[in-house]
Amino acid sequence: MKPYNNKAWWLVLPVFVLVAFSAIIPMMTVVNYSVQDIFDPSTRYFVGTEWYREILADPRLHDSLMRQFVYSFCVLAIEVPLGIIVALSMPRRGLGVPVSLILLSLPLLVPWNVVGTIWQIIGREDIGLYGWILNSLGLDYNYASNPRDAWATVLVMDVWHWTSLVALLCYSGLRSIPDVYYQAARIDRASSWAVFRYIQLPKLKNVLLIAVMLRFMDSFMIYTEPFVLTGGGPGTATTFLSQTLTQMALGQFDLGRAAAFSLIYFLIILLVTWVFYTAMTHNDNKG
Amino acid sequence: MAEIRLEQLAHSYHGTPSKPADYALRQMDHVWEQGGAYALLGPSGCGKSTLLNIISGLLVPSEGRVLYDGKSVNDLSPQQRNIAQVFQFPVVYDTMTVFDNLAFPLRNQGLSRDRIDLRVREVAEALEIEPLLSRKAHNLTADEKQKVSMGRGLVRDDVAAILFDEPLTVIDPQLKWRLRRKLKEIHQRFNVTMVYVTHDQLEASTFADKIAVMYQGQIVQFGTPRELFENPQHTFVGYFIGSPGMNLLDIVLGSSGVELERRTLPVDESVVAQLRRGGEGRLQLGIRPEFVQLVAPEASTLHGQVDLVQDQGTFKIVDVRLDTPSAPVIKARLGEEEPVPEGRVGLAFPAAWQRFYRDDRLVEIAP
Repeated sequence: MKPYNNKAWWLVLPVFVLVAFSAIIPMMTVVNYSVQDIFDPSTRYFVGTEWYREILADPRLHDSLMRQFVYSFCVLAIEVPLGIIVALSMPRRGLGVPVSLILLSLPLLVPWNVVGTIWQIIGREDIGLYGWILNSLGLDYNYASNPRDAWATVLVMDVWHWTSLVALLCYSGLRSIPDVYYQAARIDRASSWAVFRYIQLPKLKNVLLIAVMLRFMDSFMIYTEPFVLTGGGPGTATTFLSQTLTQMALGQFDLGRAAAFSLIYFLIILLVTWVFYTAMTHNDNKG
Repeated sequence: MAEIRLEQLAHSYHGTPSKPADYALRQMDHVWEQGGAYALLGPSGCGKSTLLNIISGLLVPSEGRVLYDGKSVNDLSPQQRNIAQVFQFPVVYDTMTVFDNLAFPLRNQGLSRDRIDLRVREVAEALEIEPLLSRKAHNLTADEKQKVSMGRGLVRDDVAAILFDEPLTVIDPQLKWRLRRKLKEIHQRFNVTMVYVTHDQLEASTFADKIAVMYQGQIVQFGTPRELFENPQHTFVGYFIGSPGMNLLDIVLGSSGVELERRTLPVDESVVAQLRRGGEGRLQLGIRPEFVQLVAPEASTLHGQVDLVQDQGTFKIVDVRLDTPSAPVIKARLGEEEPVPEGRVGLAFPAAWQRFYRDDRLVEIAP
């Protein structure tokens, strides 16, 4: 038998240290908070699973969780098909390629709080392009007072900000399809729908998986843009999970509750992402 | 099913071609007759695939016309031309089963379910992929995928022609042989025009009745394997066909007849006279290694030293280095049982197998 040589562990050590500091230690701190009631650094009590029970029964969480799911669903339902359509209609060669790539990258380069500010102004009915046009068309639009308008504005803002990402990912996926597939489809007399359904979509599957997961995780954690745009209002109409969490942790300094909340939040994202992943890849293993 | 005619066809990937080198295909006229099994043989980059893509309509030729049964199809897309093409690397629709892959072209044509089922099973049986029919295509091995690709080409029974672009590249040699036989069988059964592109002369001659040899964007010879072997119309055909290829020697017409570096070769007077009438140009003598005779040194004017003997199993290749100033090597092919001489030998070229080329083109010699 070969003697064991454990020197390799030294090579793995840096990764362990890095992961410990970036993920494990912070997370364990949160776990630690979540089982205590903390008044100040020296006054705290162990409370077990009480925060978890309380949080799970909290109507505030239920409401914002519901809002969050509806929001993420809308984001995916609009941005993924739209991104695919944009990618399909982008030029494949010539000067149009760099031009469209730059145009699409622009929204991605804007900082998130700036995006919120931009739309705060665009949405205003007096000086904002979007708000003024809608009101001129006879629609009574005001994102600050009408929950429906606030929702629409937050969604449009997200679509404006992030559809490019989906489009760019899909475009790179489309570019990687060898020409011979399109040639074969022409020889087989496939319709353009069949080309999309049987060549482009299957080849896009992997990038779409990444796009869906990124957009889900990001939209599920959205904070800055609605915070800047509407401050979560009117009322709690656009108060999403992360904002509820921030209010709890920093606004009320309810660290224990907030820690329990964030762990549940984390598990939900993990679970939903896993479901997406499994659903989109389960066919690969079938014969 | 159709006769495919190429009329003054030429193609260039340059926008404004000015010199012959700008053309991927130089002007050609050619006919593929209905029901024939043809091979298009040539080295990589000679324009074979370009020609194939022009026939199928994937490429629009920059000059000339493609005619199916006398009708120009230049303006028709591949869909409208109703042609099948199999590519070098397998193209399968990953998410479909093998059955659906094979049925795809038929469904696009709007055939009835029963017809589709019948055809797919017929083709699957011919290619021996029946057990795979219900499998998803993306789990197949490379050669299974290629069989499916070929199946999609063969499944339509009303196509003008089936074009194969080096379809057996990814297939291992054993299976290659069987698939070629299959294609041949299918060709005989369905009587459809087939054009098979390859760079492998063995593949070409086992599949095709007639072979078109391409070189630098031109079809330099079109004939049966035997014609290509016995009567190469172009030095390239001589060199490319046969293993090893034809020996080609630069010759001049001197006062005493045909001379190879000042040594007079035993060539008939009438042949020399005909060569003299042909005018200027680079002259070459071609002789296949199969016909080179190794004789005693005193029996010939041409001598050399045996340089290398390669035993190929069923025959031997003998390299003889001539004792002329530039010392060209002549290859002779000997049967496995024939004795191989050593040291200095004489060489004889039987008159019946001497071929003469002027500027690479065969000089026709009247008997």
